[in-house]
Amino acid sequence: MDDLYRELIIERNRSPHYRGELDPNDYSFQDENPLCGDNIRIDVRTDENDIITEAVFSGHGCAISQASTDLLIEFVIGKSVEDVKKLTKDDVLDLLGIQLGPVRLKCALLPLKVIKAGVYGLTEASDDLVEGD
Amino acid sequence: MKDCKRYIGDIGQMKQSFPTLRRKANSGADLVYLDSAATSQKPECVLQVMDDYYRRYNANIHRGIHTLAEEATAGYEGARQRITKFIGAASAKEVIFTRNATESINLVAYSWGRKNLNAGDVVLLSEMEHHANLVPWQILAAEKELHLEFIPVTGDGLLDMARYEELLRLEPKLVSFIHMSNVLGTINPAAEMIRKAKAAGAVTLLDGAQSIPHFAVDVQELDVDFLAFSGHKMCGPTGIGVLYGRQELLQEMPPFLGGGDMIRKVYLRSFIPNELPYKFEAGTSAIAEAIGLGAAVDFLAEFGMESVAAHERELTQYAMQVMEDIPWLHILGPGVGQRGGVISFTLDGVHPHDIAQLLDWDGVAVRAGHHCAMPLHEKFNVPATTRASFYIYNDHNDVDALVESLRKVKEKLG
Repeated sequence: MDDLYRELIIERNRSPHYRGELDPNDYSFQDENPLCGDNIRIDVRTDENDIITEAVFSGHGCAISQASTDLLIEFVIGKSVEDVKKLTKDDVLDLLGIQLGPVRLKCALLPLKVIKAGVYGLTEASDDLVEGD
Repeated sequence: MKDCKRYIGDIGQMKQSFPTLRRKANSGADLVYLDSAATSQKPECVLQVMDDYYRRYNANIHRGIHTLAEEATAGYEGARQRITKFIGAASAKEVIFTRNATESINLVAYSWGRKNLNAGDVVLLSEMEHHANLVPWQILAAEKELHLEFIPVTGDGLLDMARYEELLRLEPKLVSFIHMSNVLGTINPAAEMIRKAKAAGAVTLLDGAQSIPHFAVDVQELDVDFLAFSGHKMCGPTGIGVLYGRQELLQEMPPFLGGGDMIRKVYLRSFIPNELPYKFEAGTSAIAEAIGLGAAVDFLAEFGMESVAAHERELTQYAMQVMEDIPWLHILGPGVGQRGGVISFTLDGVHPHDIAQLLDWDGVAVRAGHHCAMPLHEKFNVPATTRASFYIYNDHNDVDALVESLRKVKEKLG
């Protein structure tokens, strides 16, 4: 259980590497977890080949959602928009390196939901974006 | 009842009468249950009467002639009688079984509201409401073009009484407010507020979800028109709640849900509604749950609501004293004199979700989030809080366990 707050998560929550906002940007999306009020916005810039060159996040949330967002952003920089569309729940859990119960899973997957809704150009994020393996 | 009665007056023994309080948390730590504002634990006697119903006299109520049906009806109606007495209602006809406080408020909105509210009418609520006393009125307001107004909450977590009097000058048709805040713990001056609302010509609804379980409420003394509450927060089961309504008002209200039991006569194209309270109880009711709630009321009455209130007051005072001394912990809401056993707080540098998770390792069960009161959290400019709430089975040891665990959280994440 102590795994949940392993050093990497505590560290990324305390001093995230990718906090900020990008204006202008190519993709920007914001969503919240109605359960706990966690709110995350991710801004993304891409080059002419749709490769993500810059990405940052803003908003607030618990240690799990903050660390998950920071790690996910690190992971997607340098990848293509198409790669992001293919990301799944398991990719995020691999980044975090922990197992989560159903409630905290929502915290961890919020950034995935946000970034996928962003690159798909959706007006509303749906849980379908992060479900399945 | 014997089984629960034995423990009354002895908190250590009291805990023993709640089976869940004897178990461990997932981490193996002893359970410290501080989430009774969400739902209370259930004493053995409540579980027993429900089990007994299913094992010994399970039958549908009313109309049945056979032995089981007669006993089931007596059990169900007996529970209604006990609740009638418990809240000081004039007649059992004024006590309607619903699923919970939320459904009770919806019943008033859909039945009384639809009939009596018209375009331009003002409905006065407060900023302290939880979603159950906001959303039904928002739905009705959209349908009927009503104006919703809100009594503001002050920085101390109290309702602004000066503004309340000003808002009453708008001549609201209905004043509906929470008796005790599930977030701030504030106990609102219901008697005074109801008196003023009535003087202004309004019908009044009191959301008693957090008050009925914790202190004595007498509907005739308060002179309130409607009172809504849930069984599961007062040692009873889920799936059963109550709407109290003044008989003259209920009499004039159209039925809410249609179906069996709420009718006297049915023709192919029309029906004649049943009399009170059955007019509002369509379909087979939650019979076991009603009987369970009856036992819960007996249990609380045996303990005495004055004793329940005194116990929680003392415990809250102790908790506030200990928690206020912690510089990195911030409590929302008013001081001890104006609140019940609910303490919502924030902790510098640590998100409520993480707090709740880490506390769970120590077996301490609290709630984290916006507690179904998003507008109130916005008002206090916090996205979420952590809430500890107390009931008859909590004691100083529970508070000490909470505080000790909070110190560990701060060390790890703060």
